[in-house]
Amino acid sequence: MLKTDVVVIGAGAVGCAVARELSKYEVDVIVVEKNEDVGGDASKSNSAIIHTGYDAAPDTLESQLVVAANPMYDELCADLDIPFKRIGAILPAITDEQFEQLPAIKEKAFRNRVYDVEYKSGAELLEMEPELNPAVKGGLWIPRESIIDPFILVQAYAENAYANGVRFLLNSKVEGITTENGKIKTVKTSTEEIETTYVINCAGLYCDEVAEMVGKAEYKVVARKGQFFILDKNTSCQVEHIVLPIPTKITKGKLMCPTIHGNMLVGPTAEDQDSKLDKSTSAEGLASITTDVRNLIPNVNVRDTITQYSGLRPNRNPEGLNFDIWDDLEGYVNLSGVRSTGLTLSLSMGTFVVQQLLARGADWKRKENFIKKRKGIVKFSECTREEQDELVKQNPLYGNVICRCETITEAEILDAIHRPLGARSVDAVKRRVRAGMGRCQGGFCGPKVIEILARELGCSPADINKNNDGSNMVTGFTR
Amino acid sequence: MYNVNCDVAIIGGGPAGLAAAIAAKKEGAEKVLVLERDNAPGGILQQCIHPGFGLTRFKAELTGPEYYGRFVDEAKEVGVEYMLDTMVLEVCNETNEVVCTSSRYGLTCVKAKSIVLAMGCRERTRAGIMVPGTRPAGVYTAGAAQRLVNRQNIMVGKKVVILGSGDIGMIMARRMTLEGAQVVMVVELMDYLAGLTRNRVQCLDDFGIPLKLAHTITRIEGNERVTGVWVAPVDDKKQPIADKAEFVECDTVLFSVGLLPENELTRKAGIAIDPVTNGPAVNQYMQTSAPSVFACGNVVHVNDLVDNVSEESERAGKYAARYAMGKLDGEKKIVKCVTGRNVRYLCPQTIEANEVDGKVTLYFRVLQPEENVRLVARCGDTQLAKCKEFRVNPGEMCHLTVATKDIDGDVTVDVVKED
Amino acid sequence: MKKEIICTVCPRGCHIMVEGAGDTVSSVEGYACKRGLEYASAEFAHPVRILTTTVKVTGAQESLLPVRSNNPIPKEKLFECMDVIRAIEVKAPVNCYDVIVADICGTGVNIVSTKTVEAE
Repeated sequence: MLKTDVVVIGAGAVGCAVARELSKYEVDVIVVEKNEDVGGDASKSNSAIIHTGYDAAPDTLESQLVVAANPMYDELCADLDIPFKRIGAILPAITDEQFEQLPAIKEKAFRNRVYDVEYKSGAELLEMEPELNPAVKGGLWIPRESIIDPFILVQAYAENAYANGVRFLLNSKVEGITTENGKIKTVKTSTEEIETTYVINCAGLYCDEVAEMVGKAEYKVVARKGQFFILDKNTSCQVEHIVLPIPTKITKGKLMCPTIHGNMLVGPTAEDQDSKLDKSTSAEGLASITTDVRNLIPNVNVRDTITQYSGLRPNRNPEGLNFDIWDDLEGYVNLSGVRSTGLTLSLSMGTFVVQQLLARGADWKRKENFIKKRKGIVKFSECTREEQDELVKQNPLYGNVICRCETITEAEILDAIHRPLGARSVDAVKRRVRAGMGRCQGGFCGPKVIEILARELGCSPADINKNNDGSNMVTGFTR
Repeated sequence: MYNVNCDVAIIGGGPAGLAAAIAAKKEGAEKVLVLERDNAPGGILQQCIHPGFGLTRFKAELTGPEYYGRFVDEAKEVGVEYMLDTMVLEVCNETNEVVCTSSRYGLTCVKAKSIVLAMGCRERTRAGIMVPGTRPAGVYTAGAAQRLVNRQNIMVGKKVVILGSGDIGMIMARRMTLEGAQVVMVVELMDYLAGLTRNRVQCLDDFGIPLKLAHTITRIEGNERVTGVWVAPVDDKKQPIADKAEFVECDTVLFSVGLLPENELTRKAGIAIDPVTNGPAVNQYMQTSAPSVFACGNVVHVNDLVDNVSEESERAGKYAARYAMGKLDGEKKIVKCVTGRNVRYLCPQTIEANEVDGKVTLYFRVLQPEENVRLVARCGDTQLAKCKEFRVNPGEMCHLTVATKDIDGDVTVDVVKED
Repeated sequence: MKKEIICTVCPRGCHIMVEGAGDTVSSVEGYACKRGLEYASAEFAHPVRILTTTVKVTGAQESLLPVRSNNPIPKEKLFECMDVIRAIEVKAPVNCYDVIVADICGTGVNIVSTKTVEAE
């Protein structure tokens, strides 16, 4: 039996941000995660945008947290070495009907206190974004909409929390929570049982199932699938800003934007489904993205796609972001309805949750020696020639390029494996250093990554997984 | 930064780079340096352990290692030099510098008099043809699986479906079968075989592996490892007929759905690319739009026979050496090669027609399979060369040789239906 | 017995009908050249194939040595030969065309290396 003060359930963006915020205090924290790696489910398959909250429903917790989070990212990303760019978003009106909606959208932005949203003429927008549909009548400019590396964001939260004493139990599914006299007592996982004072449910897609374990199932999670395309860095038609559609009553629509690493991203669809596991893409979904994005960017070339994926937003029924605590269940915090704005609001959710608990009597002192900075994995491809030369001299493995599409070296892969909360699977390597994220999708580097993982972890290639248990990359030796 | 000087720098030590290096050396270039990212020369042939190479060139049926082994031996004899385990990061055609990196020397700047691009190609992926479904383990390109099985001693799966009836797909079907896997079927989108009939007989029919022509994989299933695929027939527009899709159980899917010239370095160097071949446009000397840069092999256009690669690479090496020695100048009369009826692309894309007694072989692929045809090269109405073929198809490269003295304008190639 | 044989001599791929019993051929139809006739007759009576695969190699940088049969092997013996080859382990150095298995499965055919592998 492990003992701790706080168990955080789920190592997605919200769980890791909450854990990191807690690690600023003299309090013992364990994060439990069913997957083999930090990074969550929804947190690793989304549009990778840090929103401003301009379009949130005003006067809601979601609006409050998203609007608050956006300005916090400059410092966070500088401290934790997270790729982040403030490229801004444009919201072009193509039809007269859309043009008439602009004032209401701007009005809503102001009600959300996003005061830097402004009108642009069609000509101004075309100058900013030459690939835009020339029929554009005008639109809005939302300068603080930003792009981030969502994988690194969550890894950075987790690594920084770990550096400050938070323990992580991976491959550990929560199977039960016990209470005693209206207080949280233990959390049972598939690997360990933990005695704890607090439980913070950050289980995203599965937060309803966790809530049910303590009899607080007042809602259901509805998985809303979003399918995406990633296009080659060389694709002929590119945009420099996040190009957002004007939302309809039914959907927020499909966008196009650059990723932080220079690919183009288009999507997502929005499809409610019963399954929390089905993350498949469909021919229909992908076709609808093509059709819709062409309204905004007519020359978008989806044939230049290098990968397609889908993510599940943990929507809530009844809808809305909720922070819940109950008088009759001391020590239990429930977060639900963390959906497409979840990546953004993870940061402010961390501070919000801790503040709420402190206000309710948690007796936690600030740490004197909180480690504020995290150093990411050095990116060989982004160094100058002189820096690259220096790197190879210090460590010859920087001279061994493994992933040729993204120019990722063996030294970077070894760092990904051996750093705290290091990579144990092919996908975990990919999310840390981008080996296999290029146009050949691991065709060349995949076989080498399997060999490196097996060598470094001291196991057979047959034991190397793509991600979770059962996803073995290969079956054994031929000889 | 480490600095190296040479006459001809060759990027890539596969069959193209090796043949170019030997030819450059034989032509008189003093220092010929091959930059190779692998730990040994040979390129993709290192994993092509099957026979079928060298029938034209050596009149013998060699395996990949035997074929490139002969070139490695010759390269050693003539004094070709290598930098192995070396990745080229950048080619600058204005300064003739190649920046590369290796564990041994760190960042290295190779200053050359001429450069030969011989980087080969890569495989189109599952994502490249947008096959929907989940993203489990067990989805490989045929070449990646071939590397694992033939070089790394690693078996990729037990029950396999292969998409694509090209030679690599079929050869992997046999290879996996010999290694104890069950190959459930080979699925081909077109209504004809993409590779050689001989491979169908020896790789599929010999082992009773079904070939599903005019079918495709419409969806991949499985959350962790592949559990199966949906295979559906396609209509005459190549669109899957969804309600006829059938579930096929398997744990592995291999994609053998085409090769793409690997031209990231070429593009970054600002060298003109032919949009059809996706490779640099070249003249008969295999010279690109940057006069000091030559290119050969699959980086120019994807070949079906390595024998052809060796031939055109020797040309690239020979003229790169001449360029390095200042012997490839003079007045230029450049004509274009134009695709006519049922011709998808032509290589070379231009011809320098000022050579008095020169001959140029035009390599090309057809758009559609056709029977009883005549291949014709012409300048306007003047016929330069012709050849009868019983059958042509997009999978097999055609060629015609013309004399440069006959060329007085753009050269058009047609595939004409015989009456 | 009647059997359709697809000719692999050239890309034309003639479908040739061969009739006969055992290894005696009584009629051949549908071939377009002499080589086709020879191929189809031989393929009917004694189909043979070049076998290429790998054997385990130790003491070298690589873990596998590519090998081939120096002559074609009766088709029906391919898997039997694979079973023998699978159990073989050789030690570097190995020269190209070194005999790895002599007279495999009594076929009179040798399995030879197709690559020179140096000792590490």
